[in-house]
Amino acid sequence: MSQLPVRSANFERYLTTRRSVTNGLVTFLAVGATVLVLIPLGAILFYLLYKGFSSLNLAFFTHVPAPVGEEGGGMANAIIGSGVILALASAMGIPFGIGAGVYLAEYGAGSKLAEAVRFTADVLNGVPSIVMGIAAYSLIVAHQHHFSGFAGSVALAIMMVPTVTRTTEEMLATVPSNVREAALGLGIPKWRTVISVSLRTASPGIITGCMLAFARVAGETAPLLFTALGNQFFGVNLNQPMAALPLQIYTYAISPYDEWHRLAWAGALVLIVMIMVSVTLVRIFASRGALKGGN
Amino acid sequence: MGVDIKVESLNAWYGQTHTLKDVTLQIPANHATALIGPSGCGKSTFVRCLNRMHETNPIARAEGTVMMGDVDIYKDASPVEIRRRIGMVFQRPNPFPTMSIYDNVASGLKLNGFNKRRVLDEVVERSLKQAALWEEVKDDLKKKSGASLSGGQQQRLCIARALAVDPEVLLMDEPASALDPVSTAKIEDLIFKLKSQYTIVIVTHNMQQAARVAENTGFFLMGKLVEFAPTTKIFTNPSDKRTEDYITGRFG
Repeated sequence: MSQLPVRSANFERYLTTRRSVTNGLVTFLAVGATVLVLIPLGAILFYLLYKGFSSLNLAFFTHVPAPVGEEGGGMANAIIGSGVILALASAMGIPFGIGAGVYLAEYGAGSKLAEAVRFTADVLNGVPSIVMGIAAYSLIVAHQHHFSGFAGSVALAIMMVPTVTRTTEEMLATVPSNVREAALGLGIPKWRTVISVSLRTASPGIITGCMLAFARVAGETAPLLFTALGNQFFGVNLNQPMAALPLQIYTYAISPYDEWHRLAWAGALVLIVMIMVSVTLVRIFASRGALKGGN
Repeated sequence: MGVDIKVESLNAWYGQTHTLKDVTLQIPANHATALIGPSGCGKSTFVRCLNRMHETNPIARAEGTVMMGDVDIYKDASPVEIRRRIGMVFQRPNPFPTMSIYDNVASGLKLNGFNKRRVLDEVVERSLKQAALWEEVKDDLKKKSGASLSGGQQQRLCIARALAVDPEVLLMDEPASALDPVSTAKIEDLIFKLKSQYTIVIVTHNMQQAARVAENTGFFLMGKLVEFAPTTKIFTNPSDKRTEDYITGRFG
């Protein structure tokens, strides 16, 4: 038996001091990093409120843009246009993304095709958004010989797919395999197990992924430049050029008119609030019906 | 009612590893049969071959004949049909975490498209009573998640879930090894009651458990079935030297 070294009171005091100093330092660094991240976010939001809030009025939400030189006017066409384009983009992009993610996690284990899909998704994720716009232009606009809201939706949908695919795959991978076995062991077919057990267990994470993808494309301007193009008039026909908030903000912000600059600020504020509200609504909706003690 | 199982020359592989070698035995209906043996001896692989769970692993395969009554489970039926008739309880309790207690028990029926509310209510109550869990959960059936129960309760929930689809055979892969002694005793009581209605096959590391619940016991070693005999014989007068060494604790 070897003897434990006798610890002196001095040594104990030294250890205690060192521990509390290290603890303080690490806590300070963690809090400092958080504050550093939050400062620019808070500053942007504050500046948007400061610059944009004064130009917000009822007309902003109900009127279409006024001709140059006239006072007033709003962005009703762009708000509705953004809503329509984003809804269609989500309706196209999210199912494809989830489907591909399900394939990767549940069916494609170890296959060459799965490797290829995973690699493609990662590459697609890194493609600049303007390239997506050009792709949608050559696929749709060039064939139809006119710009359309639909083409814009397609460009945004393609951008959503890789994020949704990879999050779905990662979230499904966190579902314990014994939960899947439980379902298969009950004689539940595999497709039903995937839908009602795997996807359902992973749904909070998948919803977060979809919201991230949505929030990312909601502010995209570049993919819409050659596709939805923009429109100064009210319209919900997806086969026509369509207004969208990021496009309208872009047009107004580079214009030489002060009135339009103010409207651009207001538009940016509305866009951010729209994104925050829809993300929050989806979260509230998704957490309804959650059971006590679930995890 | 339970049904007997005849296994003939069953072999199983994981990739290149031959984990089950030429196993032949008959499991009588409406009795509990225990399978014992050291870790890695093939007893879990064996029960997973009985309901074709073995093949859910892409690198695994099995060969041989398994007759359940007069149904050849590898020839006459799909894995999904077989698993409806042969229920399984796993080593770690695995309730569906997003489902309520009620939905966990009803899942085998609901997820196969059966939705008659009144019948489901009856089945859930009957199964939970059979699993001796009804009194503890009857007030929270639809309010609480299956994952909110204690480990022992979760395992009884899993037993109720397996019974709800009305199987003829119940496979239990070390059902009590993750539980405390009180919960273990409850599970053993259950097995004792259930074996009049079902054919039960239980894998266990605990030899006292095998002695307490099972009429017949099989001893596995290195993928082979060394001895299969009435439990009392295995524990008092085994024919094979290796069985004797194992139960007297000389190895394993």
